[in-house]
Amino acid sequence: MEFLSYLINGISLGSVYAIIALGYTMVYGIAKMLNFAHGDVIMVGSYIVFIAVNQMGMPPLLAIIISMALCTLLGIVIERFAYKPLRSASSLAVLITAIGVSYLLQNLALLIWGADPKSFTSVVGLAPVQLAGGRLVISGETIVTIVVSAIIMAGLIFFVNNTKMGRAMLAVSEDKGAAQLMGINVNSTIAMTFAIGSALAAVAGVLLCSAYPTLQPTTGAMPGIKAFTAAVFGGIGSIPGAFVGGILLGVIEIMSKAYISTQLADAIVFAVLIIVLLVRPTGLLGKKISEKV
Amino acid sequence: MKKAMSLVLAAAMAFSFAACGGASGTSGAASTASGTAIKIGGIGPLTGGAAIYGNAVKNGAALAVEEINAQGGLQFELNFQDDENDPEKALNAYNNLKDWGMQALLGTVTTQPCLTVAPETAADNMFLLTPSASAVDVIKEDNAFQVCFTDPNQGVASADYIAENGLATKIAIIYDSSDAYSSGIHDKFKEEAATKGLEIVADEAFTADNKTDFSVQVQKAKSSGAELVFLPIYYSEANLIIQEMNKQGCTASIFGCDGLDGLLTIEGADTSLFEGVMLLTPFAADAQDEKTQSFVSKYEEKYGETPNQFAADAYDGVYTILAACEKGGVTADMDASAVCDALKTAMTQITVDGLTGEGMKWEATGEVNKAPRAVKIQNGAYTAM
Repeated sequence: MEFLSYLINGISLGSVYAIIALGYTMVYGIAKMLNFAHGDVIMVGSYIVFIAVNQMGMPPLLAIIISMALCTLLGIVIERFAYKPLRSASSLAVLITAIGVSYLLQNLALLIWGADPKSFTSVVGLAPVQLAGGRLVISGETIVTIVVSAIIMAGLIFFVNNTKMGRAMLAVSEDKGAAQLMGINVNSTIAMTFAIGSALAAVAGVLLCSAYPTLQPTTGAMPGIKAFTAAVFGGIGSIPGAFVGGILLGVIEIMSKAYISTQLADAIVFAVLIIVLLVRPTGLLGKKISEKV
Repeated sequence: MKKAMSLVLAAAMAFSFAACGGASGTSGAASTASGTAIKIGGIGPLTGGAAIYGNAVKNGAALAVEEINAQGGLQFELNFQDDENDPEKALNAYNNLKDWGMQALLGTVTTQPCLTVAPETAADNMFLLTPSASAVDVIKEDNAFQVCFTDPNQGVASADYIAENGLATKIAIIYDSSDAYSSGIHDKFKEEAATKGLEIVADEAFTADNKTDFSVQVQKAKSSGAELVFLPIYYSEANLIIQEMNKQGCTASIFGCDGLDGLLTIEGADTSLFEGVMLLTPFAADAQDEKTQSFVSKYEEKYGETPNQFAADAYDGVYTILAACEKGGVTADMDASAVCDALKTAMTQITVDGLTGEGMKWEATGEVNKAPRAVKIQNGAYTAM
């Protein structure tokens, strides 16, 4: 029974990682860059929901929609001013810029909202499900997180494979130059990717903070790194890979906490990542692409 | 890594703000003409990030000095200097106070400056009583005494309190193994619990990098059948643990140390979940005893805010110096070294009934011995237990 409970908690934590990892993997797959500011967009999204619900008294659903809209805008603005001018620069320059944007967002949040941790009110109104006479309790947040992340993954796969915009993304991810020759607007496609990634970040933020109700300027940092790990674990660039990687990472983390040591959980998670990368350098579901000369 | 770097950056920022804090204030002498009064120096942060502590100590001490002088008898003169929570500035402040003719030091307020000033006072044979610097090393020298409990002693005091009041026999602990304050209390608590017949049924840790998901720790506490969860941690993680306990339907009661002081001020928190949380804090402003109420009302009238634990520690500190002066026959015309010798002996002989504890007594080591006080959160406020 305890095992089941740990498993469910692990899947729940993993689902949050999965949604964040989807944002990383999409941007990487299409723009070929690591957007380290992704974790901090999550934090901004959570603050927007917190302010809308707790200070302005909006209904949670409206707050989430506003947060998604503002995060989408933020994503596009970041892409336009920080990344687009560096489109032809070396990937290292873009990576450093992304880290810079990450610090910029964290410190802006520190200035605007202060360092005091806020207690996030869960937006999930579902009562916990009690099974086996109260020995197995599944919280509403857990159920919603798992369901939402599955829906988002399915939606993304559908979008990428079956819409014009999605297919344009696939084309850009394979070959920017050829895509442009085929009449695809590469810049707007990349901007669209950031927009979707950032909207997902807002959803991830709400779910993250509903499950673990604390909010401070560094809230997005550690989950961001873990989700990035999950994306690499599953094979960066692959949408199902990010999902599988996220879930596995969450389960491994909770299981090592439960059965090995609460203090060593992070070390174990990252050790698993190293082993996976040694055995499969492209990650669990990553495609092995042979470079053409 | 990112987080560590951001902390460094934040610290650098905080430091640069603190450094801009400006001129150190010399302030507050509420007393009779000098020469007939015993000169007490105070050092603490009146500006910068920790200013809230220094100002509370200054106000609490000034209030006590005023009361004592109004009673007649021994007279005190207080001179409180700013150290901006900076060890170097604290040393400058100490030298200024020596030039002024200080005979005993109330301070310093915060631990780091105190660790720098204490060896100097030992070399000068200057009596030191810190209201609130809680590290063990602060009182290493025999001229130094504390009003507050040392950090690890909060662990001992918690175990004693739980055992003596029969709060529980099966206890689960959740603590931060990457934090000296938390693990210090944890270790002492475990030792003391064993001698008091308390059973530790679950002992779970977390670390600074993994402190949002507490589902496993809470699950383990719950399945261990603990009646009480001991949380020697800060309030922001405690909030998460309490919410997780609520989610999992874990009904064990909660006991913590002064790190939990702050739970009720978290923005957006559902304070109804904190009902019944017990914490060891030496002072609760709404305690019903006469001494506390009179202190609180005078303080509010004078400074327009509710006194915190630091103000109470300082108030007790001044009365402790008074009691020791009376016991040791200290007069205003003695030099600082003679005062120190007299007070050192007197400190181990006096008993002070203060705001922060009845029957406070001191060991020669400088550690205070007082009955721990706990408060319980009821109807969204601290209530004395």
